[in-house]
Amino acid sequence: MHLALPAVLSALLFCTGLYGVLARRNAILVLMSVELMLNAVNLNLVAFDVWLSSTAEDTLHSGQALTLFTIAVAAAEIGIGLAIVLAVYRNRGTSDIDKLRDTAEGPGPDDSDSDALAAERAEKAEASA
Amino acid sequence: MTTTTLAVLVPVLPFLGATAGLLLGRTVPGLVRPLAVLPTLTSLVLAVVVAVRQGGDAAVNSATELTPTGSVPIDLALYIDGFAALVAVLVGVVASCVQIYSTGYLRDDPRYPSYAALVSLFTSAMFLVVYSGDLIVLLVGWEVMGICSYFLVGHYWETPEARAASIKAFLVTKLGDVPFLVGLFALAGDTGSFRITEILGTVANGGLDHPTLIALLLLAGVAGKSAQFPLHTWLPDAMAGPTPVSALIHAATMVAAGVYFVARLLPVFQASSAAVVVLAAMAAVTMAGSGLAALAQDDIKRVLAYSTIGQLGYMTGALAVGDRGAAVFHLLSHGAFKALLFLAAGVIIHAAGTNSLAAMSRMGHLRDRVPDAYWTMTVALLALAAIPPFSGFFSKESVLGAAEQASAGHTASVPAAAGWLVLVSGLLTALLTAAYATRLWLLAFRGRGVEAPDHGRQPLTMTVVLWVLAVPSLAFGGLAYRVLPDWFDGHDLAPTLTTSVVGTGVALVGVVVTYAAWRHTTALAARVPLGAVAAHPEGDAGLVEAEAIASHAAAYGDVADAPDPADPGRLLLGPLHRPAAVGFHLDAVYRVLFVRPVEAAARLVRFLDREVVDTYVRGAGALARGLGDAVRRAQTGNLQTYVSALLAGTVVLAVAVVLVATGA
Amino acid sequence: MTLTAAVAAASTTAPSAEGHGFLSPTGVEVAFLLVGLLTFGAALVTVTTRQLVHAALWLVVALGGLAVEYLLLSAEFIAWVQVLIYVGSVVVLLLFGLMLTKAPIGRSPDADSGNRWVALIVAVAAAATLVWVVADAFRATWIDLDGAPAGSTEVTGESLFRNWVLPFEGLSVLLLAALVGAIVLSRKAKEEPSPPPVNSHAGAGSSPSVPDSRNHPIEQEGAL
Repeated sequence: MHLALPAVLSALLFCTGLYGVLARRNAILVLMSVELMLNAVNLNLVAFDVWLSSTAEDTLHSGQALTLFTIAVAAAEIGIGLAIVLAVYRNRGTSDIDKLRDTAEGPGPDDSDSDALAAERAEKAEASA
Repeated sequence: MTTTTLAVLVPVLPFLGATAGLLLGRTVPGLVRPLAVLPTLTSLVLAVVVAVRQGGDAAVNSATELTPTGSVPIDLALYIDGFAALVAVLVGVVASCVQIYSTGYLRDDPRYPSYAALVSLFTSAMFLVVYSGDLIVLLVGWEVMGICSYFLVGHYWETPEARAASIKAFLVTKLGDVPFLVGLFALAGDTGSFRITEILGTVANGGLDHPTLIALLLLAGVAGKSAQFPLHTWLPDAMAGPTPVSALIHAATMVAAGVYFVARLLPVFQASSAAVVVLAAMAAVTMAGSGLAALAQDDIKRVLAYSTIGQLGYMTGALAVGDRGAAVFHLLSHGAFKALLFLAAGVIIHAAGTNSLAAMSRMGHLRDRVPDAYWTMTVALLALAAIPPFSGFFSKESVLGAAEQASAGHTASVPAAAGWLVLVSGLLTALLTAAYATRLWLLAFRGRGVEAPDHGRQPLTMTVVLWVLAVPSLAFGGLAYRVLPDWFDGHDLAPTLTTSVVGTGVALVGVVVTYAAWRHTTALAARVPLGAVAAHPEGDAGLVEAEAIASHAAAYGDVADAPDPADPGRLLLGPLHRPAAVGFHLDAVYRVLFVRPVEAAARLVRFLDREVVDTYVRGAGALARGLGDAVRRAQTGNLQTYVSALLAGTVVLAVAVVLVATGA
Repeated sequence: MTLTAAVAAASTTAPSAEGHGFLSPTGVEVAFLLVGLLTFGAALVTVTTRQLVHAALWLVVALGGLAVEYLLLSAEFIAWVQVLIYVGSVVVLLLFGLMLTKAPIGRSPDADSGNRWVALIVAVAAAATLVWVVADAFRATWIDLDGAPAGSTEVTGESLFRNWVLPFEGLSVLLLAALVGAIVLSRKAKEEPSPPPVNSHAGAGSSPSVPDSRNHPIEQEGAL
């Protein structure tokens, strides 16, 4: 089988997951997209492991072993991730990523420029609207 | 101990005293007076011992090099000839007298510790200048004296006159010191050494390449320090300082340092006849002008200040005609009687409660209040007016005699014109000196009117010092003129018959004319009431003087002048009185020539700084601020935006790496 | 669109490779391609659909498709693990998460954030770069699937317990830590008596970050 086929499929799945991570608003959908990305990597690992084990005589089957590890870690990740999302939801009443903006640059205490302050506020209101 | 060790101790002791005084002044007030007086007295004793051991023989000349200093070595050098030894004794005597006097004069002054320490530091610096055999070391003492003068003139810094005077004194002397420094470097560049002995050796061999330039540059510094025309204007204003300071720094020692410097390096100046003529012209203008100005002053201390300028003019005149023995002779006698005059004036100001002669002339019995000051000041004024047999007569006659020799062409390397200039202006100044001395005496001690205010008995420390100084004022000249040539160059210093008769004659004329004018005008005094008196029966003399200085301009309209028709000087000078009172408008000329351009330049610099440089600075700030605002906009707090940017950058980098790796 | 580009990229490679032809694909390749298309389509729907529960269900399709791909690549053990863990448990977990966070049922208009277009650009650029590089690098490489199966349970188990024992044990510790962490994170803290806004209309309406418990301490204690 042509090796490019799984490799290209893997790349496409990865980028699909990437889009989901960047574009989805709901945190659980973001987690789903992360799963997609992980699976794309898994496909890569498996395909190359098969390829290498057929060309080389002695192999550790590291690709498949790593795939299993990845699956296990992904399971752990999804558990922790969901726990975090639930905790956030309990505290904030929302699981929307773009409403969690505690690290946003607010009007600093040293900023005495009222014009900049007003512009900042207007911009913030616009962004959150 | 060797003479060298003793000589080294002379400047070091007052320096240590000053340091200790500054350190302990606040914590141990009881030590301040001993620390001020004892080191100076010890230095005086040591200076006398050094002078006795030196004895006018071969100069003590020793040097040690601390560290290599480049092409021209700078040594810690001593060069003590007869001039140095005797001038050091004078400095010690006056400094000791002033320190003792100050303990009474500034009895209650809270700033006395720093004052005494500064006087000690000044004394140390003056000793350094006198003994130093290396011009750079001399320059160190020279500048330390300048800064001490600045601080001490500003002692009463609460009064605006004192503040302005201290800054003026500093700036004007610095105006001379900058060319002086350049001149020193030029001299060292020509001769290859800062050592006085080596410089003199080189000059004797004719090794000086630019004699006129060097001499004129050095003369600028000398004019600034010794208050010679045209840099003399700081000295009358410096009278805003305490009277003991005026006596020590601005009459007896520091202002004489310029004369002493020229005396030490006289061959350098004589290498250029142009410099000699300039020196003579400077002396002539200074002498005559200051005599006229002194006749118009109302402040007793300003009279003495202009008198100092005139007597320093005599000394530079003596140097111009090539007789440094006469110059230093006059320096010594003048130091004694002028210090006495100032100290006595301090007593009078304290007793009268004013520094205005016009106010004193309307006071009765002032001389009975201060008999010590009356008698000693009379002696000193006679010495100043060069009446025989007081010391001023002999020293001044030696100057006039030297000028007469030079005018006759008997002195090598001095143009006859310089001799004539000095001789004529010296005789004219003798007349003026006698006139203003008489005016001072008459106005201060022959006043009529209300009783002088009672400020209590003068402190013993102040009156004893007057008598100590009265002795040399009375007798030094007559005793010394036979001995001094052994210490100096060997020139005869005895008065010649011609100049004695002429000089004494014009002096007597001055006395008589002034007396006649005073007789004529004194009746007016009763009709024009005038005068403001500071009455502090309990206060020390320094407090009274500070108030008198501060109130003079307010009471009389001017620091130098009073609208007193009873003043004989007004009658004698006629239309010249007003210009003479304000120093012939030289300050206004300086204002136009220097102050206004500097202020305009300062305004230009201010404009450039505020409008041009600051624009860039503010622009830099605004740029950074704008960039910060722009970057801040990006901090939305949305993680997805951040990760998007991160990954976009990663993609770009990956593409770049692939392109580079494949060589595309 | 990208898939056609990939096919085009694959078809432009030199036909000189021995014994293999692009124009005569084997049956496995055809199957792989078809299942891959299905998987990719399902993944695309997962990340674009506006119905959240549908997204989870389409994820099942995509993950199942991947399991089939593993089978086609002769990695049977991985395939079954994939079905068991992902399809069986992870997706169920995700569905529970959706339910617990009161995800709306039906079309939600704001499923995508305002970052959508930036994300699209970044994703397409990344895809183009990756596909280009991968296709360029492996256009002439074939997997030989005719030999002994590389991913049978026997082979995988042997390598796992012979060569990878220590990481395997480490993995168990990791899972334990994750288990503990998940429990700690998701249980209700006793010190924080603020009721979850899920259960309280008033709590959902007010600012959720300010616990209103201080106004009713007695009530809270009674509740505990």
